[in-house]
Amino acid sequence: MSLPYSKKTIENFLNPKNVGDMDDADATATEGSPACGDMIKLYIKVDKDTKIIKDIRFRSFGCASNIAASSVVTELAKNKTLQEAKNISWEDVLNNLGGLPPVKVHCAVLSTEALKTAIENYEMEHGLIKEKIPTSPEIVKNRLKRVINPVTGKDVMSGDLVKTIDLKGGIIQIELNIQESHQFAENLKEEIKERLEPLWDIKEVNIRFVE
Amino acid sequence: MTDIISVYLDNNATTRVNEETAEYIKSFMVEDYAIASSQFSHSMGIKAREAVEKARVTISSKINAEPGEIVFTSGGTEANNLVLQGLARLNEESNRKKIIISGIEHFSVLHTAQMLEKKGFEIKYCRVDKHGLIDEEHLKSLVDGKTLLVSILHGNHEMGALQNISSLADIAHNKGAFFHTDASVSFGQVDIDAKESGLDFMTMSGHKIYGPKGVGALFIKKGMNLSKLLYGGFSENNMRGGTENVPGIAGFGKAVETLQESDISTAGFLRDYLFSRISSEIDNISLNGPEDFSRRIPNNLNISFEYIEGESIVLHLDLKGISVITGSACFSKSLQASHVLMAMGFSHQRAHSSIRFSTSRYLSKTEMDYTVERLRETVENLRRLSPLYK
Repeated sequence: MSLPYSKKTIENFLNPKNVGDMDDADATATEGSPACGDMIKLYIKVDKDTKIIKDIRFRSFGCASNIAASSVVTELAKNKTLQEAKNISWEDVLNNLGGLPPVKVHCAVLSTEALKTAIENYEMEHGLIKEKIPTSPEIVKNRLKRVINPVTGKDVMSGDLVKTIDLKGGIIQIELNIQESHQFAENLKEEIKERLEPLWDIKEVNIRFVE
Repeated sequence: MTDIISVYLDNNATTRVNEETAEYIKSFMVEDYAIASSQFSHSMGIKAREAVEKARVTISSKINAEPGEIVFTSGGTEANNLVLQGLARLNEESNRKKIIISGIEHFSVLHTAQMLEKKGFEIKYCRVDKHGLIDEEHLKSLVDGKTLLVSILHGNHEMGALQNISSLADIAHNKGAFFHTDASVSFGQVDIDAKESGLDFMTMSGHKIYGPKGVGALFIKKGMNLSKLLYGGFSENNMRGGTENVPGIAGFGKAVETLQESDISTAGFLRDYLFSRISSEIDNISLNGPEDFSRRIPNNLNISFEYIEGESIVLHLDLKGISVITGSACFSKSLQASHVLMAMGFSHQRAHSSIRFSTSRYLSKTEMDYTVERLRETVENLRRLSPLYK
């Protein structure tokens, strides 16, 4: 059988680890939405003194890669300190899965994002509220590094897909080196908007296809 | 653990070629392999010509048309392109430059129409209701004296809706527009009378009814004109250049000739049986497409399993030997949810949760029972994982 998934991915899909709800969770996070076809809910239990993640659970509405990536990210984060867990990257998840098809790499991003958000939520609730930082081109670029180009399976900043980024008066203009009729054009546009629109001081995100 | 059995439930995509047809096709590859040539040619060429013409007669009589009204193509996609592009090219300078389609068309109509829009044609989309049936009042309001063509899918490949094509043809003709229907999936499964229904053009395909892939046909009503797509010779009544696909065409004819009423009713019975078991044994599901099964392609079933995602269902079932597909974005080549289900006004979630089951005469109740059992386990398993489920 030549399924596009590694043995490890199939194993984690069929028998995911750390599944379920957690009534006494210290923090939770929900990433994605049923509308984009992928959604993860993550729960963490943290030791107050050592800041170690003692328990972690997830539930997923998503495809095989989503379920497998969530399972792996929970395994990686368990018994790690918050700081260590924050450093888990989507590439780590990908490597632990033995890779994913390019169009599915975004599932690894989504699961690590859920973990990061849960940790941030914990930190906020425990007196580490961060100041609101005004959006800079660097922040935009960092967010775009979490948008995956489904053609290459790499983030959109690593190739020449993003031609220009313009940030002015709360409006972000992005030019993409791809034809409007490309099979993934609409998907990329949605993904980029989803990443940038939640920034607190951004009013509008405009995307143009310029190839 | 139960043994894995192979259950192919993707027959709206394509079907297994029946043995008799496969043997017949082979004979035009290893025995009578000449090109179909004129009656003044050699015997082998004449034999090939006779096979092609016999197929033309079989297919035309199936739809109550004349043999001269059938043009063989490389499939449904080419036939759809031939009608839309062929008609558009002849009318580049005319004042009829409006083409009406629906949002639930196959990509071969949808994408061709979108291309023509860039070339100056006006494309309008007729609405469908929540069951996937054309809103005839809306169609009436769209068709006018500037309308060149109305092209509406007869039987939908995803959720099975069968349109009332005679009524749609009337609406087009009342304003002097042409009417085309893409019957790629429904042809052979549902009786179609091209004359009675007043069709100007109709697309047909062989591989959905136990024939080979790579061959289709276009019905072109006598007197209708189209600009050809492929230049090179005078074959197919000067409508299509290129050597005729003799094995394919002969096989298409044989598949239609050998198709039995019982083939259709067996697949239909199994579809009904599958639906009755699923609907009584799995909760939180919704049927996509017409609830009135007489308005569906007989072997089509499309169900959304709430709270869970289609690609996960497909993979679980595939690992158990069952072949189905989903309208989920995660499954598609473009990462977009099924445009058909979205055009029916469904939520993304419902499209992501949809599974299409399409039966064939080669299946039996045993395989349906096996499918329901595996499906029940899968749905239960995935719902336990889902954050949306209680």
